[in-house]
Amino acid sequence: MRVALFLTCVNDTLYPDTGRAVVKLLTRLGVEVDFPMAQTCCGQAHYNTGYRHEAEPLARHFSDVFGDYEAIVTPSGSCGAMVRELYPRMGERARAEGRGDALAATLAPVVPKTYELTEFLVDVLGVTDVGAYYPHTVTYHPTCHGLRGLGLGERPQRLLQAVKGLELVELPGADECCGFGGTFALKNADVSAAMGADKVRNAESTGADVLCAADNSCLMHIGGTMTRLRTGMRPVHIAEILASTEEEPAV
Amino acid sequence: MSGTYLGMPAFPKAAHEAVGNQTLRGNLRHATHTIRGKRAKAVSEVSDWAELREAGKRIKDHTLRHLDRYLVQLEESVTAAGGTVHWAADADEANRIVTELVKETGESEVVKVKSMATQEIGLNEALEAEGIRAYETDLAELIVQLGKDRPSHILVPAIHRNRGEIRDIFEREMSEWGRPAPEGLTDTPAELAEAARLHLREKFLRAKVGVSGANFMVAETGTLVVVESEGNGRMCLTLPETLISVVGIEKIVPTWRDLEVFLQTLPRSSTAERMNPYTSMWTGTTDSETADGPRTFHLVLLDNGRTDTLADEVGRQALRCIRCSACLNVCPVYERAGGHAYGSVYPGPIGAILSPQLRGTGSEIDASLPYASSLCGACYEVCPVAIDIPEVLVHLRERVVEGGPVTREGNKVVLKPAKGHAAERAAMRAARWAFSHPGALRTGQRLASRTRRLHPRTLPGPGSAWSGTRDLPAVPAEPFRDWWQRTQGGKGGAK
Ligand code: SF4
Repeated sequence: MRVALFLTCVNDTLYPDTGRAVVKLLTRLGVEVDFPMAQTCCGQAHYNTGYRHEAEPLARHFSDVFGDYEAIVTPSGSCGAMVRELYPRMGERARAEGRGDALAATLAPVVPKTYELTEFLVDVLGVTDVGAYYPHTVTYHPTCHGLRGLGLGERPQRLLQAVKGLELVELPGADECCGFGGTFALKNADVSAAMGADKVRNAESTGADVLCAADNSCLMHIGGTMTRLRTGMRPVHIAEILASTEEEPAV
Repeated sequence: MSGTYLGMPAFPKAAHEAVGNQTLRGNLRHATHTIRGKRAKAVSEVSDWAELREAGKRIKDHTLRHLDRYLVQLEESVTAAGGTVHWAADADEANRIVTELVKETGESEVVKVKSMATQEIGLNEALEAEGIRAYETDLAELIVQLGKDRPSHILVPAIHRNRGEIRDIFEREMSEWGRPAPEGLTDTPAELAEAARLHLREKFLRAKVGVSGANFMVAETGTLVVVESEGNGRMCLTLPETLISVVGIEKIVPTWRDLEVFLQTLPRSSTAERMNPYTSMWTGTTDSETADGPRTFHLVLLDNGRTDTLADEVGRQALRCIRCSACLNVCPVYERAGGHAYGSVYPGPIGAILSPQLRGTGSEIDASLPYASSLCGACYEVCPVAIDIPEVLVHLRERVVEGGPVTREGNKVVLKPAKGHAAERAAMRAARWAFSHPGALRTGQRLASRTRRLHPRTLPGPGSAWSGTRDLPAVPAEPFRDWWQRTQGGKGGAK
């Protein structure tokens, strides 16, 4: 099977390790990974901040770049939810505004083919044990768009539970938002920081070494708060845990 | 909306104060977490919750679509039952009508059933200005009134107060308003409730005029419905000779049968009860000497921005709201910021979408409300009438930053983008341009990587909003796409 990796602009620029981990993991599972070089951004920040017309060319660009692939895999719950939930809405809206079906028709093909990484592993490849090894205590934060947007359910936890050496501990208040929320983190910095601090304190109370999530944007906020509060915990993307093996352990 | 709320600072500023107040945060956290757990349990007991939610949504949507017809039907049934219907386009008109009606009775005090609509229009203040005193009789509302405070929650207006604070307020203020607090009052709930009961009973027995809102109005019979937990509302509804009910036009349901749905979903979503302890229904007037209930009944139907909201295809779903407050109780932003930061009687997620629609996005506070959310979606998940609050928030954000057509006071107008977003708009356009030109994005990434050792860990100016409390991630030596090209030989470069 040949899939396109949609890494997202944040991961490409700031978290290349996550991208390398996805490539390593999928290749190990026999999937041929392609990275279309023309990819940029799904348009989520524009859309959610209210610049929905600015988001449209980005969605169109996304469809141009990824439209021909059999499947599109992304290590980001929120960008996955953007494509799956909001691209159809962008199409409907263009129609409602009398701009015809063109946008809807352009975006439609990528919608059902876009998968968040853990969803792709469990639903499409049908694996929960990916042969990983990661000897750490880990707590999992289900990010809002993964949990409520995409409905990832227990998929990530099932994948983590199958990792050799990994001890998964429950995070109190797991389904509460960490306070990132894109531009919310800047526009309402005080509330965002208070939410982040509570998330970090809950994570700390588990005694885990690692807080894992399927979205680096949330991890950037949580991780930045962790170092500032000197917790000694680390934020790690789930792809990096699943890619780690006994021969080639993640650092 | 209410004059009390004019001149509120924008949400982030108001929230800043609240976030720093440890007592407030503790009170809110405790209260919302407790009710959150109970609600989840009460909802999980009902096997057809999803169907009830869908039914509630459909009934409300249907009613809103034919609102004109049902309102006329309601007016006819209320009139037939001996009541009088008044139409109020805005807060001023509604206040004027109620004040006149009270004056006609010759009374100078009224007892009130807890009502969001009368708070929305600032009725107590309007009455006060005309020499009429309005006594709140709901326990939490009484605490707010005695404390010269503002409500902080839809259902539990004094949620931000703890027992000690309430005791102090009672001791200090009750004598100003009537029967003083008993000697040696402690902060046990039973004693506090007893003090309130004694204080209020005096008012119920004396008052000749009652003022209420309503949770529902049934078009086919002209019946109004109030659900409550304490029974004080029922006293107000049955004892006075004149009853004046001020109700938002969206509170209508077509038939009695429709109540079946909401009388299940409302109590479970709001107080986590299976049924409301008190469900009072009144239709017109009573003419017999012995029967309970008012001899004179006035219904003031309040628009105050509702038909404008109805004109908005995305935003109108906010009018489905049955004010259960479930969205407040799960909202992580409400939990930290408290109700006052929202600058309206409608706080929390529903307030963030309702107030800027009822009042327009002209003021600083209203333009900031659509951003008072991380879009986590918890509010949508719990809402018993399935209002997609995140969707409406984004819709209103667009109205703030891009302007566009809206209906104000029945007229179609085109809004200009709000001030203060020029820099953001420019940044969004620049980002869109870079993202539409992968080469430019790549150049930017490389530049960031090359200069990464020069990047500060804390930022000046607007960036300090981030780095005041959070470290920045280090920029990696090589963006992913460069690694890909270096190691995979440009495979996938086709597009
Ligand atoms: S928006 Fe929904 S959850 Fe919030 S108060 Fe209204 S009905 Fe309840």
